[in-house]
Amino acid sequence: MSSEIPAELKFAKSHEWLRLDGEVGTVGISDHAQQELTDIVFVELPEVGATFGAGDEIATVESVKTASPIYTPVGGEVIEVNTALEDNPAKVNDEPYEGGWFFKLRLSNASEADALLDAGQYKAQIGS
Amino acid sequence: MQAEMPLKRTALFEIHQRAGARLVDFGCWEMPVQYDSIVEEHLNVRRSVGIFDISHMGEVTVNGPGAKDFLNRVLTNDISKLFPGQGQYTIMCNEQGGAIDDLYAYRTAAQDYLLVINASRIDDDMAWLESQLESAGGADVTMKNESDTLSAVAIQGPNSPPLLDLLFPGPSIVETFADRPSDLQKNDLGTFLFGSSEIRVSRTGYTGEDGFELIAPNELIVPLWEKALAMGADFGLKPIGLGARDTLRTEMCYPLYGHELNTDTTPIEAGIGFFVALDKGNFNGRDTLASQKADGPGRKLAAFKMTGKSAPPRPHYAVHADGKKIGETTSGTVSPSMNVGIGLAHVPAEYAKVEQEIEIEIRNRRYPAVVVRKPIYKKLA
Repeated sequence: MSSEIPAELKFAKSHEWLRLDGEVGTVGISDHAQQELTDIVFVELPEVGATFGAGDEIATVESVKTASPIYTPVGGEVIEVNTALEDNPAKVNDEPYEGGWFFKLRLSNASEADALLDAGQYKAQIGS
Repeated sequence: MQAEMPLKRTALFEIHQRAGARLVDFGCWEMPVQYDSIVEEHLNVRRSVGIFDISHMGEVTVNGPGAKDFLNRVLTNDISKLFPGQGQYTIMCNEQGGAIDDLYAYRTAAQDYLLVINASRIDDDMAWLESQLESAGGADVTMKNESDTLSAVAIQGPNSPPLLDLLFPGPSIVETFADRPSDLQKNDLGTFLFGSSEIRVSRTGYTGEDGFELIAPNELIVPLWEKALAMGADFGLKPIGLGARDTLRTEMCYPLYGHELNTDTTPIEAGIGFFVALDKGNFNGRDTLASQKADGPGRKLAAFKMTGKSAPPRPHYAVHADGKKIGETTSGTVSPSMNVGIGLAHVPAEYAKVEQEIEIEIRNRRYPAVVVRKPIYKKLA
């Protein structure tokens, strides 16, 4: 199955995407990841105000079959979480790059984003 | 460390691969967990019909003048109640009443029986049965493990009877008298012609829906699967993976060996005492099972439903009540039929009553749940 990879986003090897807007980053999981998980039934989001380092386990996404950890691609303070996922976790399947976002962070170190994969590198990683 | 064994594959492996199935390691077998979406596959079985590869399951034939008495010693249900062409769910227990396996036993002829056992238990079952047979001095019984030469598929769902009648247009020629597969009663077994080949068909399943299980020699299973899919298109037939098989059986509270049942758990504790026939004479584990049936077991298998917004329960999560840990979940998932977290848990008997409030611990958080009547899912009439 082919999957969508928006050119303007950065990606972690562990399939999270990052959209940067100044010092605020929005994070979700890639189309490829949601296709692999299928049937997302629950998303456990971090607390607003909590701080995490790049690569920390920050959330959990559950499909019918398994629970999978989500790692934040960059460090910072959580400033907003997507509460719409509490009632409608399937948004992650339906629109992984839009309504299916997980949380927003104020980056503690913007240069961390430079270490992430660009769309082309991510595409090569997943072999799509 | 044990050397890593290559995964076993069923005769349908390449068909699953071509269908784009996600294949996973399931008890030493490389099996399709899902072809598309577990939720869609689950609902397809509840609404229309699905076909499952269950070739990993084991088959053992037990024949001879002593077969009936031997099986009645090693199994908990009363096998003397079976006429040729009938089957029963039954449990094989050790001397302490712990479950070695749960299985289906069919009487295929006057002195012939067929056991359908769990894939993960084939070696242990055979070792146990052989040692039991030896201590019984052979008992005029011939036993054969046919697991490597036989394959099986399940066709389950409300549309399965008309599909089976199309697939097998003639009558049963051995065992049961039935003009067509849909004439089989629940737990009946017949032999129907597929072309010129004989295929065993039973009206059984593991989904809670009307359905059939078909046992055939390995070389026939691919043409059977392909013909079923071709004929089944009009009935909504889709291939179903083990993921949906698990959610379907969990909604029905059917035990899965290794989860609800193991050698330290008796059928009474697992809530399947109905299949323990204490009135049939002596059998393995009878003393323990009789006293548990009389006095009630100390622990029970409770079915539960999450009551609030919650992460899905999964096996081996802690169960709490009255401020303390009281047990552990054995199975758990989101119910695709009801869209709520459900599961089964071993708890002390006093906490297994319907409407008992419990909490399930999921990643250090506790979520409220309530003990419910089995089965968790009931079809609307």
